[in-house]
Amino acid sequence: MGLNIEQIRNDFPILQQQVYNKPLIYMDNGATTHKPQVVIDTVREIQEKQNSSIHRGIHYLSEQMTSRYEAARETVRAFINAASSQEIIFTSGATGSVNAVAFSFGEKYVSDGDEILISEMEHHSNIVPWQMLCERKGAQLKVIPFDENGELQLDRLDDLLTDKTRIVALTHASNSLGTINPVKEVIRRAHEREIPVLLDGAQMVQHGAVDVRELDCDFYLFSSHKIFGPTGSGVLYGKEALLEELPPYQGGGDMVDQVTFEGTTYNTLPFKFEAGTSNYTGAIGLATALDYLHSVGIEEIGRYEQELIRHTMEKLKGVDRLKIYGEAKHRISVFSFLLENIHPYDADMILDKMGIAVRTGTHCTQPVMDHFGISGTIRASLVFYNTMEEVDQLVEGIHRTIQMLS
Amino acid sequence: MTDFNEIQQDIVEEFSVFEDWLDRYNYLIELGNDLPTIDPQYRTSEYLINGCQSKVWLHADLVDGKLEFKADSDAIIVKGIVALLVKLMNGRTPAEIMENELFFIDGIGLRQNLSPTRSNGLLAMVKKMRLYAMAYQVKEQKTKNHE
Repeated sequence: MGLNIEQIRNDFPILQQQVYNKPLIYMDNGATTHKPQVVIDTVREIQEKQNSSIHRGIHYLSEQMTSRYEAARETVRAFINAASSQEIIFTSGATGSVNAVAFSFGEKYVSDGDEILISEMEHHSNIVPWQMLCERKGAQLKVIPFDENGELQLDRLDDLLTDKTRIVALTHASNSLGTINPVKEVIRRAHEREIPVLLDGAQMVQHGAVDVRELDCDFYLFSSHKIFGPTGSGVLYGKEALLEELPPYQGGGDMVDQVTFEGTTYNTLPFKFEAGTSNYTGAIGLATALDYLHSVGIEEIGRYEQELIRHTMEKLKGVDRLKIYGEAKHRISVFSFLLENIHPYDADMILDKMGIAVRTGTHCTQPVMDHFGISGTIRASLVFYNTMEEVDQLVEGIHRTIQMLS
Repeated sequence: MTDFNEIQQDIVEEFSVFEDWLDRYNYLIELGNDLPTIDPQYRTSEYLINGCQSKVWLHADLVDGKLEFKADSDAIIVKGIVALLVKLMNGRTPAEIMENELFFIDGIGLRQNLSPTRSNGLLAMVKKMRLYAMAYQVKEQKTKNHE
C-alpha cells in the first residue's frame, strides 16, 4: 500500500496556508520539519492540563508527567532499537548531543597528541565541538575527504585510522549533499581497531528506519524538530557500557545522588546526563511524533521517498544550466544545486515570491562549499509530505527564475 | 536638482503599479542590469559592505561638493536596490544625505519583503553611504578652517 499524501498533508496545519497568495511549497525540511496536529495537541495539552516538574514531586501531576517522560524515553528506545532505555539521553538537540559527547568522552579518553576523525561533509555542529576538544586537549582533527559525487573516499580510511585515533564522528546522511554514508563499513573498520564511532543522524532518522544495534554504532544522535517533533529537544544514544564510564558534562539538579560541600556522587544512567529540569514537553512531543511516523508507516515513508528522489533527480537533470552538487548513489531527498551565472540569492528571492521555500547558503557546511569552490548552493530538502506535483512546480519555478535572470 | 523626497515619492509610485512581486523584481533586475559594473579597483574587500549575504561594493567621491557613488553587487536583484539608492543619493551634498529620511524602502515594501538578514544588509548599505557623506563633510569643514 502506498501513502495517501493528500490525507497526510491534512495532518500538518502549517502546510494548508498560502504565502504571497500562492500555496506554500515547503522544501526547507533539512532546516526544520513541520509538526502534525497530534504533536501540536500534545504540547498544548501538557501546558493546559499536566505541566509539572518531573522526577521531583510525588503529587499527582508530577507523577503523571514523570511517567509520560519515561514512556517517551521508551518510545525513542524502540524507535532506534536500543538495548535499554538507560541508553537514551534527552538533550537540547543534535548540537547539544555532539557537545555532550565531545566534552564527556574527551575528558575521559582524549589527551595530547591524540586524533579525532571526522569527515569533510560534516555539519558545523559535528566539527566545531571536536575542534574545541582538540584545542582543550592538544589533540588533532583528521578529515575523511569525499569525491566529486559527494561520496566518502573509503580508500583513505585505513590511513586515517591510526593508533592515535580516539573516536570517529561521522554524519549518517549529509545535510548539504544528500549522501547516505556507508556507516556500517566505517564502523566495522573502526571497531577492528577498537575505535568507537559516533553517528550524527539529524538528517537520517526522518527518512527511514534506524537500528543502532544493527549498525553497532557507539553513539547516535538526532534532533526532535527535524523529525516532526517540537524544537529544543533531541536525543543522544550511547552504548550503556560506554556511557557508564563517561563523566557527566553538566552539573545540576536531577543528575546527582548525594550532594555535600565536600563532594557529590552522581545519579545513575540516564539521569547522570540530564542536569536540571529537562525539556519534558519536547521529549513527550518527540515521542508523539515518532508514534505518528509509526502510524503512517516508516517502511512506506522510505519507499515513497525513493520515488520522490527518482522523480526530483530526473526533473532537475532535465534543466539546462542547472548543476547538482552531490550525486551519491545512496541518498536522502536533499538536493543542492546552482544555476549557471545566477546568484543563488537572486534565485531564492524569486522562488520565495512563488511560494516556494528553499534554503540558500552554505547550510552550515562551509568545508563542503570550499571543496567545490563555491560560496553556497540552493537546497531543496523534501520529506514524505512533499508531492511529485510540488517537485514539478519547483522545476517550473526554476525555469521561470532562469528566464527572469537571463 | 529634483528634491530628495520627490525622487523617493517617484520611486514609491513607480513600484505601486506592480501588483505582483515578480514584476517588482523584474523591474529591479532591469535597474540592476542598467547600473554600470564598478571599476575593478573598488571590487575589493576594502569596499565590501558587511552585513549583506550577497556581496555589495560601495565607493564615493566628492566632486564640486556633491557625492558621486559607485556601487555594485554580485546578485542582480540586490544590485537593482543598490541602483535605486545610487539614483537617489548621487549628486547630493553631504548635508542633504545626512539630513533626509529614507522612506522609499518602506514605501515600496522592500523591508517587509526582504528577510531580516537581507534588510540588515540594506540598512548597512544606507549606513555606509551616510558614513561617506559624514566623512566628506568633516573633510570639507577642515579644509575651510584651514583657508
